[in-house]
Amino acid sequence: MPNLDETDLKIMRATQAGLPLTARPYHAVAEQLELSAVEVIERMRRLQEFSVIRRIGAVPNHYKLGYRFNGMTVWNVPEEKIDALGQKIGRLDFVSHCYHRPRHLPLWPYNLFAMVHGKSQEAVDRQIEQIAEILGDDNLGSEVLYSTRILKKTGFRSR
Amino acid sequence: MLTDLHKQLLNDFQRDFPLVERPYLEIANRLGVSEDEVLSALAELRDNRLISRVGPVIPPNQIGASMLVAMAVPEPELQRIADIVSRFPEVNHNYEREHRFNLWFVAVASTTDHLARVLDSIERETGYLTQRLPLVNDFFIDLGFRLDLSHA
Repeated sequence: MPNLDETDLKIMRATQAGLPLTARPYHAVAEQLELSAVEVIERMRRLQEFSVIRRIGAVPNHYKLGYRFNGMTVWNVPEEKIDALGQKIGRLDFVSHCYHRPRHLPLWPYNLFAMVHGKSQEAVDRQIEQIAEILGDDNLGSEVLYSTRILKKTGFRSR
Repeated sequence: MLTDLHKQLLNDFQRDFPLVERPYLEIANRLGVSEDEVLSALAELRDNRLISRVGPVIPPNQIGASMLVAMAVPEPELQRIADIVSRFPEVNHNYEREHRFNLWFVAVASTTDHLARVLDSIERETGYLTQRLPLVNDFFIDLGFRLDLSHA
């Protein structure tokens, strides 16, 4: 992981809500930040190389595209195996996010989170079975939390 | 109704967006259409909210600090508590989920101190505890999400 400087952060803040849909989007960003377009492009390339930027592209809105069933699946897996297991689950093409988070015992025993999206309940059920199969005996317990209402949703923004 | 161009843009350009002076022109050349057609198709996808944006995907905690938070709120109180939580500008996703922990949100702030202060304020104003679930590790390999657009 490289050390990010203020210019890197400025570029990420200026682009995280999206690049302009104009012929020269990097120029537009550069102008706003008083940089050159070449510098913006080079820094974004470097940020992507070091996975600070995970990818650059169209970010689909699953829900609007018919993926109405989104489940937050949470799993209790052995701490010493979580990195290897998380890598496998995160790679599944129906998993949009996969994270290791701390347990809060006794109320919250789960340490592995995977968001799944499907067009039907059956599709999501199959995805969950697939995850359970991969985890095998390392699945010490799980739950699926479906969202029943979106109470607020705004784009990712940092303050 | 999505055109073939819409579908190609949705599925084939979730990653590797060109880092060149005229990226939409490069995409247009690859697809055999004009730059204007690519720009209008992307603007249509965005205006209809089928894509949230074209741009970088940056995992949590790269810019500032973020926290997933769960709260267990009695059902009759849920809307009132959710409204208090949503009023904080640092809160950017707030969902009701079917669980004992029924209110789930993400809070983002510029520093971990600021983030902790926000969550403390939320506890004070709502009278309920926040179960804080920070990121330990991210298996967000994220090569994009394969979309089935056959009926779109």
